[in-house]
Amino acid sequence: MDTLTYFKKRFEQLGNANGNGLSAIRRNAFDAFSKMGVPTSRHEEWKYTRISSLFNKEYEIPGETVESGISPADLDGIRLPGYGEANELFFVNGIYSPELSVVRSPELQVQNLEKAAAGEHAAWIKAQLGHSATYLKDGINALNTAFAHGGAFLKVKKGSITEHPVYIYNITDARGRNMLSQPRSLIHVTENAQVSIVETYASFGKEESFSNQVMEVVMERDAMLEYYKIQNDESRTGQVSTTHIRQSGKSHVHAVTVTLGGKMVRNNLNIVMEEQHSEAHMYGFYFPEGDAHVDNHTIVDNVAPNCYSNELYKGVMKENSTGVFNGKIFVRQQAQKTNAYQSNKNILLSPDATINTKPQLEIFADDVKCSHGCTVGKLDEEGLFYLRSRGVPESIARSLLLHGFALDVLEQIRPEHIRTYVDRLISERLELL
Amino acid sequence: MIKIKNLHAGIEGKQILNGIDLDIRPGEVHAIMGPNGSGKSTLASVLAGREDYEVTKGSVEFLGRDLLELKPEERAGEGLFLAFQYPVEIPGLSTINFIKTAVNEVRKYKGQEPLDAVAFLKLMNEKMALMNMDKTLLSRSLNEGFSGGEKKRNEIFQMAMLQPKLAILDETDSGLDIDAIRIVANGVNKLKSSDNAILVVTHYQRLLDYIVPDFVHVLYNGRIVKSGSKELALELEEKGYDFIKNENPTINEPAWTR
Repeated sequence: MDTLTYFKKRFEQLGNANGNGLSAIRRNAFDAFSKMGVPTSRHEEWKYTRISSLFNKEYEIPGETVESGISPADLDGIRLPGYGEANELFFVNGIYSPELSVVRSPELQVQNLEKAAAGEHAAWIKAQLGHSATYLKDGINALNTAFAHGGAFLKVKKGSITEHPVYIYNITDARGRNMLSQPRSLIHVTENAQVSIVETYASFGKEESFSNQVMEVVMERDAMLEYYKIQNDESRTGQVSTTHIRQSGKSHVHAVTVTLGGKMVRNNLNIVMEEQHSEAHMYGFYFPEGDAHVDNHTIVDNVAPNCYSNELYKGVMKENSTGVFNGKIFVRQQAQKTNAYQSNKNILLSPDATINTKPQLEIFADDVKCSHGCTVGKLDEEGLFYLRSRGVPESIARSLLLHGFALDVLEQIRPEHIRTYVDRLISERLELL
Repeated sequence: MIKIKNLHAGIEGKQILNGIDLDIRPGEVHAIMGPNGSGKSTLASVLAGREDYEVTKGSVEFLGRDLLELKPEERAGEGLFLAFQYPVEIPGLSTINFIKTAVNEVRKYKGQEPLDAVAFLKLMNEKMALMNMDKTLLSRSLNEGFSGGEKKRNEIFQMAMLQPKLAILDETDSGLDIDAIRIVANGVNKLKSSDNAILVVTHYQRLLDYIVPDFVHVLYNGRIVKSGSKELALELEEKGYDFIKNENPTINEPAWTR
């Protein structure tokens, strides 16, 4: 059975099972996917990242309920530090599991996405889900949307500060079968509310594990979001992770993406600044090894005037690994007084490592401050000699320099538990521990 | 302590040192002076083990070992220290972490246990006081955004922490005002003892008013063309380097221009 036929069969099976508020968008998305298929390298946005080969296998696409042998004991091995005080949301094979999840903060409302779409939030969800409509232009996003069942809806109460962070675990259970998990979530940060989200990914089992995630965040006026994506999955897993954030006036986003694991990782971080005085800070650090591939695509779309965005992505490419950075800043004609900055810096540790970096500015307004730039280089030889001349062996000196290179991104992780945890992962890879 | 014999070295095919002979014994302070391009910094770099330089002839024996066979970090472990003319800025590595790593790596090299936190802090506080260093520098990235004076003080502070047998000061006075020179020189003088030695590389005599040398050598065209007591430095200051050039009429161009 070819890929499309298989997806179609599964789509029909699952589609019949739920006649709820998401049917229309899912049908549209499936039609879009049928036309576009999985993106190939002929697609400009997928030029350097080939995922079509991942679809040469047959994957299990789970139904609405969690059909997995994941036990609480399995979870202990993947929990993030500080979980005892955090809100924990578990997605298993793309399906949100209320049984495994713990919601501690009264400011948070978490529900199954379909249930929310059928209940009091029906109108809002209908207006928001897939609002960006990128699923109509991007096959892989369309695939997620077509199978958007068992997702989660998260709402942060107006004017509240969620003291405890929200940890989201995206688990793929590929024990004994190839598994395609497609987590979907819609997050509503209401007016003047504040929340911190930490996402991570884990695969179990030795079969093919592929995760195709879409998260949409809607931020009302004066809302504040901290968003940390920590990717340290097994080295044979594939992952496409799309986060789409809409910002209303004076809202503030602080996002940090750290990619250390996974065989093929593609992140899309799209921020649309729809109203004035919105602010976004985006940081990234990627450190692939072996033959891993990491691709970060970001978009900042300045629709309204007087917005500010700053972006710093740094990468270290080891061995045969490849990296891609593609950062787009759009400044629409009416978006005067935009301040938008972007920087991408890379260190190649081996002659076989590759980075394709492409910063892009498209400016249609005439009174803006924008800059972009990228660097690709080797480790600073002068710095290396300086440290060695003080008695520090070469291997340690290299590690210290690389750790220092990562530090200004690492420091942007504000929750101490998570910062310490990521620092330890990076230091382990640098053999500094 | 160090015996340099007929040392020839260059970079990228350009010959810069054309046969240096120098013997430094414990307790001595030597100064190497010379005009720009004479090879002063090259000599310092070759001794510290900078890999861009190639030694084409000659030998260097340091405390009985063949220095040229050692990696830069091994040279530091054996007790060689180079105070850089341009200390390197290292983003994201705090001064204190760097010092701690360096001190303990050198101890490891010598087969000593690492210093515990208390002993390390005690040593550090003592040496910071010696160098009149601002404590806030410790938590900042190494040399990043430091003023010229702070960078040079930090070099001597590192020297104080590592307690080398032979310290080479490469134009440590360049870019410093007189107050900063006094602080740096005072630090160096306090570290001087009968079993270590100092090699001061400088263009100007004024540093030598504060770090008083036992011997002064004039480097020209990659060779030591004149050696003497500290009075030689004063003579150079008075007459300028032209008098050296006039005394060596056969070589009037820097080696690398030929």
